[in-house]
Amino acid sequence: MTEHSKENLNAYWRENLTYIVILLSVWFIVSYLFGILLADQLDAIKFFGFPLGFWFAQQGSEVIFVILIAIYVKLMNNLDMKYNVDEK
Amino acid sequence: MDIMTWTWIIVGLSFALYIGIAIWSKAKSTGEFYVAAKQVHPVLNGMATGADWMSAASFISMAGMISFMGRDGAMYLMGWTGGYVLLAMLLAPYLRKYGKYTVPMFVGERYYSQTARIVAVVCAIFISFVYVAGQMRGVGVVFSRFLEVDINIGVLIGMCIVFFYAVLGGMKGITYTQVAQYCVLIFAYLIPAIFISIMLTNIPFPQIGFGASLSEAGARLLNTESGYLLEKLDQVHRDLGFPAYTGRGAKSVIDVFAITLVLMVGTAGLPHIIIRFFTTPTIRGARASAGWALLFIALLYTTAPAVASFARFNMIQTLNNTAYVDAPSWFKNWEKTGLVAWKDKNGDGKIQYAKGDAFKGKLEFAKDSDGKPSRGQYGERVVKTPINDKSKNELYIDNDIIVLANPEIAKLPAWVIALVAAGGLAAALSTAAGLLLVISSALSHDLLKNVIFPNLSEKKELIWARIAAGFAVICAGYLGINPPGFVAQVVAFAFGLAASSFFPVIIMGIFWKKATKEGAIVGMLTGIIFTAAYIIYFKFINPSANVAANWWFGISPEGIGMIGMIINIFITYIVSKMTKEPPAEVQRMVENLRYPRETN
Repeated sequence: MTEHSKENLNAYWRENLTYIVILLSVWFIVSYLFGILLADQLDAIKFFGFPLGFWFAQQGSEVIFVILIAIYVKLMNNLDMKYNVDEK
Repeated sequence: MDIMTWTWIIVGLSFALYIGIAIWSKAKSTGEFYVAAKQVHPVLNGMATGADWMSAASFISMAGMISFMGRDGAMYLMGWTGGYVLLAMLLAPYLRKYGKYTVPMFVGERYYSQTARIVAVVCAIFISFVYVAGQMRGVGVVFSRFLEVDINIGVLIGMCIVFFYAVLGGMKGITYTQVAQYCVLIFAYLIPAIFISIMLTNIPFPQIGFGASLSEAGARLLNTESGYLLEKLDQVHRDLGFPAYTGRGAKSVIDVFAITLVLMVGTAGLPHIIIRFFTTPTIRGARASAGWALLFIALLYTTAPAVASFARFNMIQTLNNTAYVDAPSWFKNWEKTGLVAWKDKNGDGKIQYAKGDAFKGKLEFAKDSDGKPSRGQYGERVVKTPINDKSKNELYIDNDIIVLANPEIAKLPAWVIALVAAGGLAAALSTAAGLLLVISSALSHDLLKNVIFPNLSEKKELIWARIAAGFAVICAGYLGINPPGFVAQVVAFAFGLAASSFFPVIIMGIFWKKATKEGAIVGMLTGIIFTAAYIIYFKFINPSANVAANWWFGISPEGIGMIGMIINIFITYIVSKMTKEPPAEVQRMVENLRYPRETN
């Protein structure tokens, strides 16, 4: 695929936005939902020696953030190739 | 060798390294000066961003703040890392595609308006100055604590070092020194944490150790039975009348939510962080670089909560109900610097730790007629500040002690303590340099070249950029020596401001091509003015009213930027809908930002 037709470019952008929405939902769920809003309830569950809500707040969110960016980088590098818009 | 000699040697070596790098990487063009000629490898840029981001406060104070806040302390951990996810997905690749030198420049071109650019310049300079004053002060504080040098001399030494490599090397020099500074600071932070983790739990990873069971030796050391460390810590907390360490703290859920969001969004709106993503060779690189940056940052940010709980446990168990004369040596060492203090309220000669402040107001020590600190019955330093008789607590502990005293608590050799000093200086200097560059480029590129003398040749502009950097160093040093009383208070302001001004305008500029200049200007102004007014009212005009009952929706001034941001987005949307859409070439430019390759 070498054409940069309008449809192709729009499709590239839509897929990018889909990735962003999905990954940012995870971002929101682990930090705001698990680490803050539901932390008290999750604390009743033990994760090794950590109460789970506390773990999400002080360890899990930070680790998951790093993983989310890594996934995004990988997905976008593939997407750039698929639509042939990667840098030369 | 004693601690002081080691500290001079290690700090001296690290400074020599920074100067060496500066000479090697002297900037020869404005491109090199502003964005290191866009030749920085993503991994190195990640390290540089990490050092740029982690300030004296992250390195020295954060673990202590978490230690005293328990689970609520996570708002700093999540708040100061989560912004990178936003940066990687919503900002960095598109701004890198735009490719010009400064954030105000992007705002000016995207919103086809000189006014928008000038508003952005003013915001960038203000945010950066607020921040940099604290960093220069941080340099002075580290010097005074570890080397017993006067704080002001410490600030001057720091100024000379930063002056040298920022003025000479510009972004290029700053980037490579930041890489070195990252290595110094992370090494200095991890070593004591790893040793303490081994000491208490036999596990060399602090991130896992603080959720593990205490080892036999660890339990003996903390004077408790074996079991999960956090469970025991919660128990100790309850016995002393504190809420459980891992449970809900003093802040309301909505406030923790708002502050976390402001810190995340503010991070993604801070010009000295955004500008780092202009320095990578490719857009791919800009995305990857955000990932590397967060990985390097997370290394420290996942260690900090472990340090916080180890230190909390150790502090309570070794001090509470211990006779002052038997207190551990780190306590007495740091008492000399005024970071810890004790007042025997009940006259039993023992230290009692409990809920509430030990003293009323700012701590002051009594001095005898020769100006030497007075000592009390047991040899303790005498505190002049009136005691708080509502609390049985006899102990004052500064946040910073948690990191500073770590190596001594872990009984590590003197050179490790020296390394922590060098790490604190690296953290403060690297952040200061990044901020100074933003100020310098805003002055020389956005104001001078763009507004005042558009015909400036590149050679002259480079000279002016150096002069602006020098001028910024001097102003920052002045603010470090004469800190305005409000510096600590306006840090919240800087994040709130970035969250309620830059972030929405940049995001909408990238993702919505119909956002108009009128929308952006009105949106930015209402966002800033609302946020600033709320903070100024509660912090300066009527501080006595600064309690949860008076806050809107229960949100403290630290978290109000969240509402400011929502107002900004809303107003920008409405006004953009009502005004004439942006010119066709601007819409085309915005569309082009989406694709790494040129597509027309």
